[in-house]
Amino acid sequence: MEALRQLRQNMDEKHLKALIEAIPYAKFLRIDAELRGDELTTILRYHNDLVGNMMLPAIHGGVIGGFLEMAMIIHLAWVGGTEYLPRPIDVSIDYLRSGRPFDTFARGTVTKHGRRVANVRVEAWQESRDKPIAAAHGHFRVKDDEE
Amino acid sequence: MGDLDYLNEIRARGGLMMGVVPHSRALGMRLVDVAQDAAIIMVPYRPELVGNPDTGVIHGGVITSILDNASGLSVGCHMGERKAMATLDLRIDYMHPATPGEDVYARAECYKVTNNVAFVRGAAYHLKDGAHELADPIATCVATFLLTGGPVPDIDTMLALAAAGGRPNEGAR
Repeated sequence: MEALRQLRQNMDEKHLKALIEAIPYAKFLRIDAELRGDELTTILRYHNDLVGNMMLPAIHGGVIGGFLEMAMIIHLAWVGGTEYLPRPIDVSIDYLRSGRPFDTFARGTVTKHGRRVANVRVEAWQESRDKPIAAAHGHFRVKDDEE
Repeated sequence: MGDLDYLNEIRARGGLMMGVVPHSRALGMRLVDVAQDAAIIMVPYRPELVGNPDTGVIHGGVITSILDNASGLSVGCHMGERKAMATLDLRIDYMHPATPGEDVYARAECYKVTNNVAFVRGAAYHLKDGAHELADPIATCVATFLLTGGPVPDIDTMLALAAAGGRPNEGAR
């Protein structure tokens, strides 16, 4: 993927945003990313199409799951060691609070980066980082077997 | 166990309801069918939902959304009425990538409800020669829901709310 290669070469916010721009589903959800020093924050910009419960209102659980999966992929792309855009093997999502109609932020850590598979954890919050709305962990394929 | 009147109401108007929930509508989600403990829904393939531009494969988040929706719906089918609930957790195993260009289906089955927790398993798949073939799923999931016991709006209230263009709480706050 060209945007991934460009990001690896340049390692800056501009190319991180370009990678996200190249992923249709990330644009569909209105995902964004920011860098502060070497700390990456993935952002879900709130808009009405994200709503899954009109009465509260609250963001759809699938959106939160999709956003967290996207945050893990972006985090792995940023950290490096991936031959292609990381492919999910399994993802486990804990829903902690309902997602209110505001922007949502996520930060991740790589628990283990193996040669072929990486294990990632990510947490999402809205008004305050010590009140996470969801957490997830997952395994991603980052490289194919060598012949 | 699933109350027939409830299943018939979902069959008749569940699709309409899905059409007014903003994210379900954005995904183009459609209700396929419901049974005593189970629900099947579908999302048509669209280039906007692609997660990897090199392969054209739909993003896992779309799979997550339909599995979550089908799972929640299956709990109501099991109980014979709509219940207020919150997803506690959802685990998804990806067996193989979705085929570009093909619609994605999700079938979820609520297999146990305790006093306040519902347990669900499900799978996402493509039709095979027009049939619902679950032997070779794109993904499988297990989910648990907390039955929160709060009030649930009936379908008429939700449709009226959607027709009025929105979210009553914003004005009432």
